Formats: sequence, C-alpha cells, structure tokens
Amino acid sequence: MMESVITLKSLKKSFADREILKGIDLEIKKNEVISVIGSSGSGKSTMLRCINLLEDVTSGDITFYGKSVIGGDIDINEYRSKIVMVFQQFNLFNNMTVLDNCVRPQTVVLKRSKEEAKEIAIKYLKKVGMAEYINARPAQLSGGMKQRVAIARALSMNPEVILFDEPTSALDPEMVGEVLDVMRELASEGLTMIVVTHEMAFARDVSDRVIFIDDGVICEQGDPKEFFASPKTERAKAFLSRFLQ
Amino acid sequence: MDFFQNVIDILTKYHSYLLEGLGYTMLIALVGTILGLVIGLLMGIVKTIPASKNAFLRFLQKIINFIIACYVEIFRGTPMMVQSMVIFWGYAFMNNGTTLPLIPAGIFIVSINTGAYMTEIVRGGIISVDKGQFEGAYSVGMTHWQTMIHVIIPQVMRNILPSISNEFVINIKDTSVLNVIGVMELYYMANKIQMMTWDIFETYLIVCVMYFIMTFSVTRILRLCEKKLAGSDSYTICGSQSDPDAEIHVKKEEKVFR
Repeated sequence: MMESVITLKSLKKSFADREILKGIDLEIKKNEVISVIGSSGSGKSTMLRCINLLEDVTSGDITFYGKSVIGGDIDINEYRSKIVMVFQQFNLFNNMTVLDNCVRPQTVVLKRSKEEAKEIAIKYLKKVGMAEYINARPAQLSGGMKQRVAIARALSMNPEVILFDEPTSALDPEMVGEVLDVMRELASEGLTMIVVTHEMAFARDVSDRVIFIDDGVICEQGDPKEFFASPKTERAKAFLSRFLQ
Repeated sequence: MDFFQNVIDILTKYHSYLLEGLGYTMLIALVGTILGLVIGLLMGIVKTIPASKNAFLRFLQKIINFIIACYVEIFRGTPMMVQSMVIFWGYAFMNNGTTLPLIPAGIFIVSINTGAYMTEIVRGGIISVDKGQFEGAYSVGMTHWQTMIHVIIPQVMRNILPSISNEFVINIKDTSVLNVIGVMELYYMANKIQMMTWDIFETYLIVCVMYFIMTFSVTRILRLCEKKLAGSDSYTICGSQSDPDAEIHVKKEEKVFR
C-alpha cells in the first residue's frame, strides 16, 4: 500500500451560514490521479481551494504526510509550495514574461539560484511545448497556451501534488485537447494529481479513482471504469445520465 | 515697449533668483512626491493585509488601520498651507523657538500631505488588481509581502502611474504655499523680485510660464514612462520546428485605449 500524501478528516466549510462542505473524508495516495466530479455548486472546487488553504477551513483537519496543516505542524507557505494549484482562470502573473512566471516562484519561495531555476523552468516549458514563447507575456498568449504555462509553473516547483481546478473550463473547445494531452502525460509519469473536472472522458480514462461529490459530501467513489459503467447511488446515476444526454 | 523691456530686465537681473526658486520647487516637489509614494505604498500594503486568524494580531491590525485612516482623513481634509504653519510653528513652540531648517521642513510637509493621498491611490490600485493574481502567488507558497513585492506592486505601479504624475504636477504648483513659512521656492522668489522692481504683472507672468514649463515637461516625461512600463508589444519566438536557432519576432497589434 502506498503511503498517503494528503488526508482530509471530516472537512467542513461554511460561507456565512451556508454549509458548502458537510464533512469530507479523503485520503490521497502517492502517485494517485483522482478526478473529482459533480454538478456545479456541489462543493468540489471549494474542497480543492480548502486543500490549498485559499479558503479557511471551518472545521476538520488536513494532514500532509501525517502532519496537521490546520493545527500548524507545518508552515503554511512551505505546504502550499508542495501542493501547488492550476486554476480555471490560469492566474499567470501579468507583469512577468512566460519564463519569469516559472522562475520567480522558485527563486522567491524555494530560494533556488536564478540559473538553476531557469534551467528547471525551461525543462518544464519544453515539456508542455511552450519553450519557444519564453519571452512572451501572458496577454499575448491564447487560453490553451496560458494554461500550459501555468502547468509548467506548477511543475517547476517540483511539488508533491498538483491540484487542478477545472483547468479546461475557461478554454475554447479546440484548445481543451492540448491541455488534456499535457495532463495525460503527467498522469502517466506518476505525478500525484487531484483534478476537478467536467471532462468525463478524462476522468474515465486517465484517473485511478473517481470521486463524485454531491451536496457537500462524497456521495460515491471508486474505480473509474466501474463508476461510469454502473454507478451505485441514485444521485450518481442521475448526474451521469444528465451528462450523457 | 515697456512690457518687453521689463521682462528682459527681470530676466537679466534676477535670473539667479528665479533659477534658484525653480530648483527648490522641483527639489521639494520631486522628493516630496517620491517620499509620499513610499509612505502611500507602505500604508496601502499594510491596509490590505488580510485579517489575521490570531485574535491579538487582528486587534493590532484594527488599531493600525484606524491610525492610518485618521492620518489620511486629517491630511486630506485640511489645507496644506495651514498644515505647514501648524507643523513649522508647532515645532518652534515645542522647542523654545528653534525652527526647523526650511527646505527639509518643506519636503516633510509635502511628503506627509502627498502620502495621505497616495495611501488611497495605492489602496485603490491594489484592490483593482485581479484577485486571481493574489491566488496565483499564494498557491505556490508566497507570503503576503512576497506577493506584494513580486506580483502586485509592479502591476499597481503601472496602473497608478497616471495618478502619480497627477500628484507630482499638483505638488509642483502647491509648493508655492510653502512661502508662508519662508521656503525659498519659486513663488517666494517672485514675491521678492516684485518687491524690488514693482513690475508685479511681468514678474508673475514669467513665474507663471516657468511653472507651466515644469508641469508640462513632467507630464510628458511620465507619459513616456507609462508607455515603457506597459511593456514591449512584441516578443520573440525562440526556435522553430525546422530551425532550432531561429528567432522569430512577433509584433502584436494591440488596441489599447489611451
């Protein structure tokens, strides 16, 4: 059995008096690719943002290799640098070139030297097929290109886990493929990934485990092939039938 | 004609006074604007720190924010001429009549006055930056301070540069109120010249033109800086599929409203 990287223990999150997450328990193993699906408003993005601490957790705990993140066993910024996030809206730094976007987080957060950071950045920009554009600025790139740079930025941190928050939802249909191809490659290389997605084909073919969230709880989870072929709960059935129509 | 003769006389006789006044006006306005901007940046950053989870720190933040708010309201809400009298003579009152040296006093007054306006300008600049920029920086592990220095402030500076040049122009003109405490800036010098020549109209007209030349060149120079900061609109593609050493320069036509 692989050791677990991140564990969520009865994680709850409320906005004002509205409870979005109603107790999530989840264990993420090393090298595991998890797809999180569910209808919008079900809390799947909120869960991901709680893992990266972009949202304050209302109650419950997150542990990272057994250390309590909420309890303060590990420095928040150190933790974040190991579980970096890729956003729906890319969130590339607008004031920097493509190369700087991948170099600066390394030099600032990981205290790597400029030369080392540049080497690492170029290695990953090549991997996502963006090495030619190192001098361009985010505003000059298409959505798919931006997202690939964002993935290279995440990879440059050499993180333990990458969290993908609907990485293809803001893209034009013809650009979805290029981003999913990169993600497929990463998955095949054993990177630990949590992917919140509406791309059912990706969830079915690439992930090791599918998690179906409905109304703030994990409603069903399991092997993707089994889940898509024969969902056990009524809510999952209803969700999938809506999607397949 | 008398008018032209008078103008020429003033320029030949008193040009050293005029140039000295112009120099001090520029010095006070420039240093005052820069220091004001530094004050504004610090206060703006402090004001936008997200509320701490620790109760004591949160309390401390509230007190600091209250003090900043008082500072901004008081210095924006009273005339700089009155502030200079209160500060200059207040200092003398509390130090048995010893007065502050004039030029540093002038710079101090302009700086804290500008700082009050800049605090609000910077705050507006920070909150106008897309929330995603903060999240992108936080998500890779940057602290609030690192996020500000590397990601947010460079974008804020670009966005608020028009307001900064506006403040600078205002300061060039408003240093003239410092004549009430005797700072030898351009207006003070004009006053001195007109008392010696009695060519009141000619003297102030010359000074008027001098002020305009200063403000106009400053706005032009800062407009150039704005264009520089907006970044090059072209970029280079390094290597193509057929030739890895090729460099293709791409010029992007961007429609920007100016």
